Amino acid sequence: MDIGTIDQIIDNHQSEAGSLIQVLLEIQSQNNWLPKEALTRVSERLKVPMSRIRHITTFYKTFSLVPKGRHEVHVCMGTACHVRGAERVLDTVREVTGVGPGETDPELNFSVETVNCLGCCALGPVMVVDGEYHGNVETAETAEVLKKCTCSSE
Amino acid sequence: MSDIILQIDGKEVAAKPGMTVFEAAQSAGIAIPTLCHHEKLAPYGACRICTVEADAGGRTSFVAACLYPAEKGLVVRTRTEQVNRMRKVLLEQMLSHAPDSEDLLELAGEYGADPHRFEKEPSFCILCGLCVRYCAEVKQKHAVSFFDRGAKREINFIPEIAVKECWDCKECFPLCPTSALQAAYVLTESLLTPPEEPSSCGGCSSRG
Repeated sequence: MDIGTIDQIIDNHQSEAGSLIQVLLEIQSQNNWLPKEALTRVSERLKVPMSRIRHITTFYKTFSLVPKGRHEVHVCMGTACHVRGAERVLDTVREVTGVGPGETDPELNFSVETVNCLGCCALGPVMVVDGEYHGNVETAETAEVLKKCTCSSE
Repeated sequence: MSDIILQIDGKEVAAKPGMTVFEAAQSAGIAIPTLCHHEKLAPYGACRICTVEADAGGRTSFVAACLYPAEKGLVVRTRTEQVNRMRKVLLEQMLSHAPDSEDLLELAGEYGADPHRFEKEPSFCILCGLCVRYCAEVKQKHAVSFFDRGAKREINFIPEIAVKECWDCKECFPLCPTSALQAAYVLTESLLTPPEEPSSCGGCSSRG
């Protein structure tokens, strides 16, 4: 992410310190993660101490300080999904993407996370790929959905 | 402005508007224990050791004296059985994090807290925030900060700022009720200071 884009985002918020979280959210959504250079720039322009930015970015789960993949995979491990075989879904995800929960593959294709409930237990086991919900996923379907992602990104 | 009259431990105490119960008690010579209060810093209410029983308008509640504003007619009791029990449990919990803290052990003796009641999870920090607040409010350097949240919350130095500011200051060290702060700094420093160049010892490079 280049400095110009970051400056543009900051300018859109009139360089106000109060807009810190909004600015960070925009950088996060455009870039998938918050590189250190971006944080330094935000700190300088909004005149917010770095310690405060680090406090906020480590507090909210939305922010990532490490690179994230192009495709975000969330596997629900809530009780309902768990009894319906979320563990198997996660295993398949691990097999196809090669990464476990909290990890990102070196090609930056996938980031895998587990979540505790997505609020649609009737669909369990649920997997969310790039914001799209896949309910009642079987092993084959899981693999298919993920493979489609790799194909479309290539 | 006229003084506010409130009652602390049966004693009539006059307080200035805007004063907290803690400050009012202090001015009257009544000691309330605390671990996170510092006169130069804004009240924070992290440690809850200053919890007191406060009667306001017929309702009794347990409040942090360092945050609760002194009100007219407030009746405060700083040492009831319940208050003491709360402090005891709080101390026991904190001691599971910082088992060797002298400040904590001293208070534990006073309140009969058992340092071994809870399983030890030494993070050596009780998250009182004294260092974080001192650095931000008094020194305005913002070199140390809280990271993460919940059970994983911890203090850490921002290396880029620490390398410039901390060496000549270190004013936060004596504030720490445990020894965690110094340890965190030593760690940061060790990460910042590159190991001795091979040339200065002469051994490794010539052999390599």
